[in-house]
Amino acid sequence: MHTKTIVDLSSGLKEGAFSSEELVQHFLKRIDQLDPDLNSFITVTGEQALAAAHEADQKIKAGGAGPLTGIPFAHKDIFCTKGVRTSCGSRMLDNFIAPYNAGVTEKMQQAGAIMLGKTNMDEFAMGSSNETSYYGPVKNPWGDNLVPGGSSGGSASAVAARLSPASTGTDTGGSIRQPAALCGITGIKPTYGRVSRYGMIAFASSLDQGGPMARTAEDAALVLQTMAGFDERDSTCVDQPVPDYTASLNDSIQGLKIGLPKEYFGEGLDANVARTIDEAIAEYRKLGAEVVDISLPNSKLAAPAYYVVAPAECSSNLSRMDGVRFGHRCKDPVDLEDLYKRSRGEGFGEEVKRRILIGAYALSAGYYDAYYLKAQQIRRLISDDFKKAFEQVDVIMSPTAPTTAFGLGEKTKDPITMYLSDIYTIAVNLAGLPGMSVPAGFVNELPVGLQIIGNYFDEARLLNVAHQYQQVTDWHTRIPKGFE
Amino acid sequence: MEWETVIGLEIHAQLATRSKIFSAAPTAYGAEPNTQACAVDLGLPGVLPVLNKEVVRMAAKFGLAIGANVSRRSVFARKNYFYPDLPKGYQISQFELPIVEGGHIEIELENGETKTIGVTRAHLEEDAGKSLHEDFHGMTGIDLNRAGTPLLEIVSEPEMNSAEEAVAYMKKIHSLVQYLEICDGNMQEGSFRCDANVSVRPKGQKELGTRAELKNINSFRFVEKAINIEIERQIDVIEDGGKVMQETRLYDSDRNETRSMRSKEEANDYRYFPDPDLLPVEMDDSFIEEVRKSLPELPAQKKQRFISDFGLGAYDADVLTSSRELADYYEAVATASGGQSKLAANWVTGELTAMLNKENKEITESPVSPEMLGGLLQRIADNTISGKIAKTIFEAMWNGEGDADSIIEKKGLKQITDTGAIEKIIDDILANSPSQLEEYRAGKEKLFGYFVGQAMKATKGKANPAQVNQILKSKLKG
Repeated sequence: MHTKTIVDLSSGLKEGAFSSEELVQHFLKRIDQLDPDLNSFITVTGEQALAAAHEADQKIKAGGAGPLTGIPFAHKDIFCTKGVRTSCGSRMLDNFIAPYNAGVTEKMQQAGAIMLGKTNMDEFAMGSSNETSYYGPVKNPWGDNLVPGGSSGGSASAVAARLSPASTGTDTGGSIRQPAALCGITGIKPTYGRVSRYGMIAFASSLDQGGPMARTAEDAALVLQTMAGFDERDSTCVDQPVPDYTASLNDSIQGLKIGLPKEYFGEGLDANVARTIDEAIAEYRKLGAEVVDISLPNSKLAAPAYYVVAPAECSSNLSRMDGVRFGHRCKDPVDLEDLYKRSRGEGFGEEVKRRILIGAYALSAGYYDAYYLKAQQIRRLISDDFKKAFEQVDVIMSPTAPTTAFGLGEKTKDPITMYLSDIYTIAVNLAGLPGMSVPAGFVNELPVGLQIIGNYFDEARLLNVAHQYQQVTDWHTRIPKGFE
Repeated sequence: MEWETVIGLEIHAQLATRSKIFSAAPTAYGAEPNTQACAVDLGLPGVLPVLNKEVVRMAAKFGLAIGANVSRRSVFARKNYFYPDLPKGYQISQFELPIVEGGHIEIELENGETKTIGVTRAHLEEDAGKSLHEDFHGMTGIDLNRAGTPLLEIVSEPEMNSAEEAVAYMKKIHSLVQYLEICDGNMQEGSFRCDANVSVRPKGQKELGTRAELKNINSFRFVEKAINIEIERQIDVIEDGGKVMQETRLYDSDRNETRSMRSKEEANDYRYFPDPDLLPVEMDDSFIEEVRKSLPELPAQKKQRFISDFGLGAYDADVLTSSRELADYYEAVATASGGQSKLAANWVTGELTAMLNKENKEITESPVSPEMLGGLLQRIADNTISGKIAKTIFEAMWNGEGDADSIIEKKGLKQITDTGAIEKIIDDILANSPSQLEEYRAGKEKLFGYFVGQAMKATKGKANPAQVNQILKSKLKG
């Protein structure tokens, strides 16, 4: 059952080949057996899942089932779940149980999907390797002692290891796409404003966006269909109808114009990864697509701008974690200052502290113009680059990450090297565009992801373009050894 | 040396919305601690602010009323600092692009002149909660009911030169926000409060002196006292060879002194930046036009109308338009009195106001309705009663004894205007006071008052005073 896609599982449920309860039991068993080593879950909600599956089975019998009814999935531990701890991978929120559901949590619940648990992640989504989690690093099922990428590392690892058919993730600078690439799965970061941020614990509010991580584009389309849509509780959520993402999956991509930005194929890109991407592009040519060389001239400014904007916003977003009303509180504070310093000092990990410091510095009087304001100007330049490109092409393709999965501990000593693993993904967040990662081959038996970037609210096209590729390739069906 | 004082005010007016500025929690005052704070007000992880549109309308009303520029686009910004009653670790406020910019208020000076005070800007922001330091055994309690209450911060130019001017300005704003029905003006409950920036400089000097910011002054009286005591302090410091420090000072009304809270060096760097959770506030011309049409008659317009339509003097018109309720009351009296608008003004600012003050009542709580008072004034105008008797009747009305006509009837207070009857009474008095009469005729004219008094006494005050005077004069000549 665990090798089936959501589409297959859904028809299996409807045909009565198995029940949701059996399905959930099966996945819980796999988690129980395989996750102690992977560490992709922070919390497993077995009892609730079985109870929900029981309900879903009744609904399926009564004939009121939707495509996700009774389908198990996992939530990144950044989405608030009423009554179930939402830790955000941090000691700070180790004891935090939200009295509300996130917008995304609600929608998945209403669709009848069954939450198996909450997945591991970099602390407050700050990281590219899942090594900053308070709950320990997650392993990549494709190799011993390899990172799954981050920050949605647990979500990616769990789907790749077939511990869950799909999961939710969030992407601030590549946190869905990069781990999807490193774990050989399919993930999409929607247009900023497409998915509600309500109840999704903020890292950098102007960049954060939730999205699905699944094995196929078709499954991702089904989950995104449920996650997307207006939520009046999030002022940045866009009130625009959600198209039927599955309806256009099978459209021909004959004549599709693909742009290849030269800046995304230069220095720093692993030669084998480059070759793999070339082969994927060749596949698209065969499908009738036209390939155009383009330029996104301000690409090199994306990382510097991102590492001002994201820390600046996080330094403010994380201020509410002060030990006063919820979350970690130090023992026996002697006064207010002590309460703040020790609660935050003990509650936050190294990377989070580093970014809070960078962000507070960038916003300080006398530095604001040079850093924050300048970074905002760069954001506009980057958006303009994409705008111009999309006058010429339908989608933009590039590698998702410059390398395949790297070793645990390999980059933790040098934050800059770590930051560079998101070099191809962050510009998309700065511009607010939708971006996707699709399995496109292997280098030394490790998966490579192809990034597909689309115009605003063009998710349907991204999914169509990815789905067409998956009809003629089988990279997305490969299962890591030991997880068959 | 002669000193000049320069004062600028920052007024916080709590906007009279039912729910908070960024959440659906109610804003009602006085509930049990933390019963009116939802997840957004508590700043829990993941929740987001959503702007209450009513505050935009209210701010626009204020902007239009002071002739300011209502920004087509304004931006919410985060003001970052840590404090236990500030749940998110930042206050959502407006910084670079406020919703209202540039406006003015006219105040009346003691010498009768008017002075225009500039309003630099007015911006929207959320209030913080309250820290409670008593009853927690050395700990601090936090009440977040007030957190997220909408405030309009109104910042003046440093253009006031005395505590009296500052109070006059504050009163004008206080009256205006109530006219506009955007703030209840309740100062005890903190709905209307003020910080004052005060500095002094040698008269004639162009550049401003170093200012101190006085916090937490919650009544007109305290504003005046706090500013005056601060001016004195600053002048003393300078005259003793010292320097005024830029700092925040707290006014202690019990000891009538200001004392230092924190210096400029200790001041926070608020690290303002646009709040990425909220979109810029955009208003189009048609919205602003709609708000303009909804504006009530404003105090200044009303004052002009009272002067031109009711023939009032500037002073009376100013007093009567100081609050919308008082102005409404006065207009109703003037109407009910059948056009006795000046008499109505005298009575409302005189007898009625005195009684209200004495019993500590608001105009809306007056037991004498405008119609009742108007009825009384009609009886004065048509000579049914004298002004003096009218005061007795007013007191009876105040005590709930009915309207003027029924009291006149019941107590037989109708004025005696029959010339024959008055003549007879005067004849009797003159006949019974031969010695006084002799003295009067010998030149002691002061005794005229004695005869008038006797006549009024004999008629229990009901004789028409003018007639008494006239008849008495002719008889005494006799």
